[in-house]
Amino acid sequence: MSLLSINALDIRHGLLQAVRGVSFHVDQGETVALIGANGAGKTTLLRAIAGAHRVSGGDIRFDGSDITATPAYQRVAMGLALVPEGRRLFAAMTVEENLQIARASGRKGEWTVDRVLETFPMLKARRKARCGTLSGGEQQATAIGRALMTNPRILLLDEVSLGLSPLAVDLVYKSVEYLISTGSTILFVEQDLNRALKFANRVMCMLEGHIVVQGNAKDLTREQITDAYFGHKRRTQSERAS
Amino acid sequence: MNFIGGIIDGVLLGGYYAMIACGLSFMFGVMRIINLAHGALAIVAAFGLWIIADRWEYDPFLALIIVLPVMGVIGWVLQRGVLERSARSGELIPILSTFGLAIVLENGLFEYFGADVRSLAPYVGSLSYDSFDIGGSYIGELAILTFVAAILLLGGLQLFLTYTPLGRQIRATAEDPDTVELVGVNSRFVNSVAAAIALVTVGLAGLFLGLRTNFDPYSGSLQLIFAFEAAVIGGTGSLWGTLRGGIVLGVAQTLGANIHPEGFLLAGHGVFLLILVGRLYISGPTLQTFLRSKIGGVFRAS
Repeated sequence: MSLLSINALDIRHGLLQAVRGVSFHVDQGETVALIGANGAGKTTLLRAIAGAHRVSGGDIRFDGSDITATPAYQRVAMGLALVPEGRRLFAAMTVEENLQIARASGRKGEWTVDRVLETFPMLKARRKARCGTLSGGEQQATAIGRALMTNPRILLLDEVSLGLSPLAVDLVYKSVEYLISTGSTILFVEQDLNRALKFANRVMCMLEGHIVVQGNAKDLTREQITDAYFGHKRRTQSERAS
Repeated sequence: MNFIGGIIDGVLLGGYYAMIACGLSFMFGVMRIINLAHGALAIVAAFGLWIIADRWEYDPFLALIIVLPVMGVIGWVLQRGVLERSARSGELIPILSTFGLAIVLENGLFEYFGADVRSLAPYVGSLSYDSFDIGGSYIGELAILTFVAAILLLGGLQLFLTYTPLGRQIRATAEDPDTVELVGVNSRFVNSVAAAIALVTVGLAGLFLGLRTNFDPYSGSLQLIFAFEAAVIGGTGSLWGTLRGGIVLGVAQTLGANIHPEGFLLAGHGVFLLILVGRLYISGPTLQTFLRSKIGGVFRAS
């Protein structure tokens, strides 16, 4: 059984339908990349899975139970954690406090403040610094660390490389690589196709609210994905199914 | 009255203002809600203590055991019933709804208790007029008790916010209620607890208000003004600042009264205005853009 399964999900921003009938699943231990142009609905989809955005149709199942109507904080307690786009740290609070906040759900697990600091050594010296004063890379590390502090069974990463220097991106992905090596289940949004293909077992490409291509990372060619990305061959899941 | 004595009295009076302002400052600074029913709620607590003291002859300090939990429940209900709903409709609505609530409370109290002036002082023996003789100048015991209580309350709350998990959650929820849910915090619950805590401090404010002065159902508005001045002078969001603000206000009032009998209120409001205008002047452009965006937003939304 899949850890996370999404079935015919519709999500709206007012009149705009951002996600249209999307279905997919993520198995335990998988690393799945979600790619697509700006406005394709990736962030909305991730936020809906985390419970930060209400869905208007379809359902979300996590570990077999329907969580479509479950509040976000309860999903965290079940083991679902999102690193939101733009990091969204509590800027007036210190790194340590940001990490400690995430213990609220009380989910048992191996992650502690010290372990996060070991995983992201750059944060060690900034432990007592207010998050508003951190560099972009440090902020992103804190945001990922904060999500890890909830001891998630699946980690949703939304564009962790956004607005970071190339060096900082490498550092952040090094820690993502470490998480993958420990068998974590990860669903991540990434604009950089090379990176997506490098880290993911499976790749899904969204276009205008649909998933237009999905498959194993090694089976898909760059051309297939680029075509889907730009919509050269419009084929939606529903059309393929019929 | 000499100058030093005036300063000491003013500082102690500041403790009283900080006590009164604590709940307001907590809601304003931490939860970002301007509670205009603050004064009326303190009077509700004072009447609660008075009833218990009058009917059952309980010491008002003992009556806190009943009144503080009740105030906490009122805070919870206030958050769920009024503040949470009105906060969804924009920034002006909570101000208006708490203003309306103040009117309802005041008139409700008037309906039930009438216009008689009450005080808690008769129920605590001679505490409210006893004083210590320190080097020839007399300092009221109640004033010192109030000051110490204010320090304990504000300091305790500050420590609670800084070092406990719930305190951290309250601060984080105030900063970003959406994101806090994503890290597993039930923001609705946290806000309700915070409102309950704020109202418990309002209950304490009611006790010291009733011990220090006479009150009637409409006494809340003047208390609200002093509390507001203390909170604003001290800078919002800082509980220690509220103590500082209360002391500045108290000292200004006592020294003002030394100069002229009418100087009490005048000097207090004068210092408040000076500090306010000074701040506006210093933070000029930032504040203008802030106001423009806020007020503009309000008008666009309506």
